[in-house]
Amino acid sequence: MTFEIAGYQLLPVLPELLLLTGGMVLLMIGAYGGQRTTGLVTVLAVLLLGATGAAVLMLPAGRLETFGGSFVLDDFARFMKVLALGGSAITLILSREFLSEPSRRIFEFAVLVVLSSAGMMVLISAGDLIMVYLGLELMSLALYVVAASNREDPKSNEAGMKYFVLGALSSGMLLYGASLVYGFTGTVSFTGIAAAAKDGSVGLVFGLVFLLAGLCFKVSAVPFHMWTPDVYEGAPTPVTAFFASAPKVAGVAVFVRVVLTAFPDVLQQWQQIVVFVAIASMALGSFAAIGQKNIKRLMAYSAIAHIGFALVGLSAGTAEGAQGVLVYIAIYVVMTLGAFSVILAMRRNGQAIEQISDFAGLSRTNPQLAFFFGMLMFSLAGIPPLAGFFAKFYVFVAAVKAGLIALAVIGVITSVVGAYYYLAIVKVMYFDPPKTAVDPVRFEVGGVVAAAGLLNLLFFVYPAPLISAAGVAAKSLF
Amino acid sequence: MTVGLGHYLSVAAILFTIGTLGIFLNRRNVIIILMSIELMLLAVNINLIAFSTFLNDIVGQVFALLVLTVAAAEAAIGLAVLVVYFRNRGSIAVQDINLMKG
Repeated sequence: MTFEIAGYQLLPVLPELLLLTGGMVLLMIGAYGGQRTTGLVTVLAVLLLGATGAAVLMLPAGRLETFGGSFVLDDFARFMKVLALGGSAITLILSREFLSEPSRRIFEFAVLVVLSSAGMMVLISAGDLIMVYLGLELMSLALYVVAASNREDPKSNEAGMKYFVLGALSSGMLLYGASLVYGFTGTVSFTGIAAAAKDGSVGLVFGLVFLLAGLCFKVSAVPFHMWTPDVYEGAPTPVTAFFASAPKVAGVAVFVRVVLTAFPDVLQQWQQIVVFVAIASMALGSFAAIGQKNIKRLMAYSAIAHIGFALVGLSAGTAEGAQGVLVYIAIYVVMTLGAFSVILAMRRNGQAIEQISDFAGLSRTNPQLAFFFGMLMFSLAGIPPLAGFFAKFYVFVAAVKAGLIALAVIGVITSVVGAYYYLAIVKVMYFDPPKTAVDPVRFEVGGVVAAAGLLNLLFFVYPAPLISAAGVAAKSLF
Repeated sequence: MTVGLGHYLSVAAILFTIGTLGIFLNRRNVIIILMSIELMLLAVNINLIAFSTFLNDIVGQVFALLVLTVAAAEAAIGLAVLVVYFRNRGSIAVQDINLMKG
C-alpha cells in the first residue's frame, strides 16, 4: 500500500495526519454540540493522542523521510513523539477537574492541546529550518491561548499576554537566525547545512547564535527564562503541568536535532554557547528557587535548573551525551507530571492552594500524598536510588567523558544547592504542625500521582528498557 | 552606486533592532509591542528575499511567504489575548501588566 501526494510519500506523516484530522473532528463535535460536550471531547482527545502514539510505533522501523527530506521520522523522533504525546494525554486527564466547573466548560481546551501536540510532532521530526519554524508556531500559537484559557482570572490573562509577547519575540530571533544560516549556507535542510558549514564563518556563527537564542526561549534556559516563573504561576495548574512536560520535550528535541545534525562541524562554536547556557540555567534555577513561597513559581525555577542539567549532556556533543539528554528529559517529564498532579490534588474547601506553607503537616492529614510528593522531591533533587539520580548520572558521565570536567563539577554543586529547597518542602510536610485537612483527592489525579511516584521509586529495579531505547534513539542522530 | 546584498542586510538588521528595542523600551501600550513584532518578522522577510535573489534559489521566497502567513495568524492570536485581557483589567498599558512580579 502506498500513500502518495504529488510524488511524496505520506506514510511517515500518517500519525500527524491522524492527529490533525482527529483534532478537526473534535472541534466539529464541540462546535455543534456546545459546551456540554466538554467531557466527551476531552476523553476522545486522550484516546486520539493514545492512537497517534500507537501509530508512531507501528510505522516501519528505520529512518523514513518525506517532503524532500524536510520531514524525518527516525528512532529519535519516535522516542520524543511518544514522550510528548504521553505528556499531553496525562495533562488532559489531569485537567478533567479544571474543566468540570460550569464557568470553565471549554471544549476548546482539549482541541488546543491536540493541535499543539501536532505542532510538537512536526517540530520533533523537522528536517529543515522551515519545518522547525512551522512546527514551533503551530505548537506555540495553541499554547498562548491555553495559557490564557481561564478567561475570568486576570492572572491567567496576564500569563497568556506575557507568554505571547516573549514567545513572539523568540520566534522572531529564531527566524532571523534561520535567515542568516540560510544566506550563508545557501540551503535550509539540516544535511545541506551540515555539508556547507565546515568552517564556521562569522555570518554563520551569528545566525547560529540567534537560532540558539530562539530555542533557549522555548526550553526556558537562562538568559531567556524570564517568562517562565510568571507564566507558570499565572496559568491554571493543569496548563502549567502541560507547559512543564510536552512542549519541553519538543523544545529539547529540536534543540538536540539542530545542533547535532545541522552543525556537527562547528561544535567548537555551539559548545561554548551551550556550556554557558547550561551553567547559567543550573545556577539561576537553583539559587532563585530558594526564596520562593508559591509552589508553582518554585517548580518554574526547578524547571529552569533541570533544563540546565539536560543541556550538560548536550554540550558533550556525543551520542552518549544525547542519550543522557533523552534519559533526562524522559525521567523529568514523569517527575514533573507527578509533582504537578500533587499540586493539583492540594485543595482545601474546594479552593486550590498554592503556597508552600499550606503543605504543612500533610504527612498527618494525607500520608499517602505526602509520601509520594516527598519521593518526587527527593527524585527532583537527584538522590539515589530514585530515578532523578540516574538522569543526572548519565548526563554528568557524558560530560566528563567529553572532557568537560569543570562543567560536571559545577552541575553537581548546583544540584546540592537545589536539594536545599526540595528538602525544605519535605520538612514542611513532615515536621510542621498540620493545618486543617485537605479535600479528598480525585481518582484520576491520585492515579497519576501514584503512577509517577512508583515509576520514580522503582526505576532502579529495571532501568534497561528506557536506557536502551534512549541509546538507540541517540544513535539515529549520528 | 549599485545596491548590493550588504545594503539589504543592513536595512533588515536596522529594522530588526528597531523592532527588538520597541518591545523592550516601550512603556505605554501593548499594541506597540504587536507592531514591533511585525517589524521584526518583516525584517526577516527582507533578509530571506535578499538572500534568495542573491543565491538564485527559490527556497528563501517560499520561506518568506510562509513567514507572512504565520505572522498573520500570530497577530490574530495576540489581539485575541489582548481583548480578553482588556475585558478583565480595563487597560492595556504596559506598566499595568504587573500582577506577578518577574
